[in-house]
Amino acid sequence: MKLKLPAPPIPASLKSPPRRPDEERPSKVEGAKEAGISAVDWVDERTSLSGGVRWMLFRKVPRGTNWAYTLGSATMFAFLNQAMTGVFLAMYYDPSATNAYESARYITNEAFLGEFVRGMHKWGSTVMVVLVFLHMGRTFFWGAYKYPRELNWVVGAVLLVLTMLMSFTGYLLPFDQKSYWATIVGVNINGTGPLVGPYLNDFLLAGPDFGATTLSRFYAIHMLLVPGLIAALIGAHLYLVARLGTTAPPWLKAEKNPELRKESV
Amino acid sequence: MNRQEKEEYLREYSILKSQGKPFFPYAVAKDSIMAVVVMGVIITLSIVLGAELGPKADPTTTTYVPRPEWYFYFLFELLRIIKPNWLVPLATLGIPTICLILLFLLPFFDRGPERRPEKRPIATTLGIFVIAAMAYLTYLGASAGSPNSIELATPASVKQSGGTMLAQFEAGRQVAAQSGCLACHKFGENGNAGPGPPLTDVGRNLPAGAISRTLINPTPPMPSFKDLPKEKFDNLVVFLSQLK
Repeated sequence: MKLKLPAPPIPASLKSPPRRPDEERPSKVEGAKEAGISAVDWVDERTSLSGGVRWMLFRKVPRGTNWAYTLGSATMFAFLNQAMTGVFLAMYYDPSATNAYESARYITNEAFLGEFVRGMHKWGSTVMVVLVFLHMGRTFFWGAYKYPRELNWVVGAVLLVLTMLMSFTGYLLPFDQKSYWATIVGVNINGTGPLVGPYLNDFLLAGPDFGATTLSRFYAIHMLLVPGLIAALIGAHLYLVARLGTTAPPWLKAEKNPELRKESV
Repeated sequence: MNRQEKEEYLREYSILKSQGKPFFPYAVAKDSIMAVVVMGVIITLSIVLGAELGPKADPTTTTYVPRPEWYFYFLFELLRIIKPNWLVPLATLGIPTICLILLFLLPFFDRGPERRPEKRPIATTLGIFVIAAMAYLTYLGASAGSPNSIELATPASVKQSGGTMLAQFEAGRQVAAQSGCLACHKFGENGNAGPGPPLTDVGRNLPAGAISRTLINPTPPMPSFKDLPKEKFDNLVVFLSQLK
């Protein structure tokens, strides 16, 4: 079973002509050139992944989609940036009340490119929030949340809340004055909530007050719980986009088949 | 949308889709260019603005007026402009919660078939209004100064008694100014009007004992000041109780 790759979109004159019947069969060296395809073939024979990949990549996107339609993937890219820089920060960061500030200071002032990576994480969060709002604005104003995409809007709204939660929990981690006091106020506001407020606070703070384990709890929420949820929900979000198709701009009307129109004139 | 409208939409969409181009490589190329732009913006911001680290967190002395990240300014500001005490829970949780529920349920109450923004006047107006309100609140939150001084005149009675009293009063003024009280309380012309009550004449309503109990065990969202060093705390209580 040979996997057939689709022909690349290049002019016909550049494509190599098919083998003529009287030509020699490709030698072993020639065959080695196809090693990549053979390897993909081997994996596909055991996983049948090619169908899904083809379904995802070669689906059609309606005509008229413009740059505003790249905001979603840009948001996902900003999330990937956060994940990557976050991994490097986690290599040096120590989530204990006594060492957190010192490790943040070490990252900022001493680690190689430390401030640069921390800056990318910090500003990446700002960029991600801006992109989330732009993406949501596009979806709202162009009515892209309507039938049949209602569920994907809900998934997106959950992703928005999770993104805000990420920025709230991440704000505390450097453990400087600003982050500490902003978190105290935020947590206290949360505590005034009806019914669940105080319980939610006990969970967030790991106790009634800001204590020794609060920081590690914020750290676990920030780098394990919420990112996992975000990654999973991005998967669901993308599946639904591929399943239902990218929306067309609302002003676009489907033209009747031009061939049919020609005949009706 | 009724059944006919749904089918009409699906038919229309399938035609538009069939006239489109494959996701790979056309949309992927655009997305990749956008990804490079996003990366460029992040790297530029990181190099130009860096990542400053403030002084170490210290629960006792708080020379910092707490300020959240800029995209929470609109919430922060909502908290500041809603003045009456009994309305504060509305600002902190009521409005955000209602907005969030409405956001989640949007596709379930807005079910009309029309998608063009100019043909959906209510949705479009509301959307623009919400964006404008959030932008305005963010602007207010960003431009709100964080004054770290209290310019109230020293009361005549304190001046007369002089000595320790006057020294404690002036020291307490410093503590109040540096402990972030101004973020939520107004002292004369300084500080923000809310969510906390104005403290310009707090000593008229509360004796020293009540003030210190409130500082130790406050009503949320006010943080507790029980971790202030004893001397600073006492000065703060003297200062507040003499504001008449």
